[in-house]
Amino acid sequence: MGLEDKIPDSIILTSLEKMVNWARKRSMWPLGFGLACCAIEMMSTFMSKYDMARYGMEVFRPSPRQADLMIVAGRVSMKMVPVIRTLYEQMPNPKWVISMGACASCGGVFNNYAILQGVDRIIPVDIYVPGCPPRPEQLMDGILKLHAKIDTEKLKGGRDEWGRTSVR
Amino acid sequence: MENKVRQFLASRFADAILREDNFRGQQAFHIRPELLLAICEALLGDPDLEVRYLSDITSVDWLGHEKEMGGRFEVVYNLYSLKHRYRFFLKVFLPADNPTIASLTPLWNGANWMEREVWDMMGITFAGHPDLTKILTPDDLEGHPLRRDFPLTYEVPHFSWNKDQPPEVIR
Repeated sequence: MGLEDKIPDSIILTSLEKMVNWARKRSMWPLGFGLACCAIEMMSTFMSKYDMARYGMEVFRPSPRQADLMIVAGRVSMKMVPVIRTLYEQMPNPKWVISMGACASCGGVFNNYAILQGVDRIIPVDIYVPGCPPRPEQLMDGILKLHAKIDTEKLKGGRDEWGRTSVR
Repeated sequence: MENKVRQFLASRFADAILREDNFRGQQAFHIRPELLLAICEALLGDPDLEVRYLSDITSVDWLGHEKEMGGRFEVVYNLYSLKHRYRFFLKVFLPADNPTIASLTPLWNGANWMEREVWDMMGITFAGHPDLTKILTPDDLEGHPLRRDFPLTYEVPHFSWNKDQPPEVIR
């Protein structure tokens, strides 16, 4: 292209949408909460051996107001349902959810009165990570898949039925 | 200490002890339900034994074994003597319909939440309890989940042959 030849080296031309998506996916701050044994694997993923800081997401936010990503790590008990729903609604847009492990995705082996049979009944889920519990590699693969999903998002996509702006 | 408790109960509540068993040094006395409060009060007040600590209250559902056990519901009182460092158990058996036992809250305030838990999970009523309400299960749950006749599964799992049907809740 002729235009790049005329501008200095330190300037890159891109679309605003690509740049916003790049910023969002490279500084995604997860909400720091774990529900069961999957949280141990999640913590391991964020520790130095697997080191999620490489993706710019090592800061677990203790407040949902500062978080972009909710990793539902573990079984969701019926008494936890209103808490998770409130935490999700307190997160500012754009926001994403990873359902980590079999229990969060479908109830797992806990098909009983105390456990919600899948967290997608109360909040929208972007990525399901299977496993019991998933190894850190699996969670990282899920996060990379979420990055790929964020790359396809439109800036002016409107809102979906959950009020999210982060839609394709 | 094992003999002390037995002699104490035998001397003062001879007709209250239905049977006694000892499993690997753990001593358990099966007693008549109506005498539980009196026995506990005597154990608590005795200056020699000093059974001051009510460790735990749990329960067992013997559904299908009522005949040989002497009742469907078993309530287990885990008592501990701090003076003698000795732990033993009192057990009562209650009938299947309307199982009721006297509350131990007049003796130990700590019995309050333990009895609420047993009531919530197993449905055993504690007469004289100040606030017998739910403590563990969700507010909208009906029934007592630890009972053997409580449904084991919550809803029908989805497979390829029924994935288009709405999930059938068993509870």
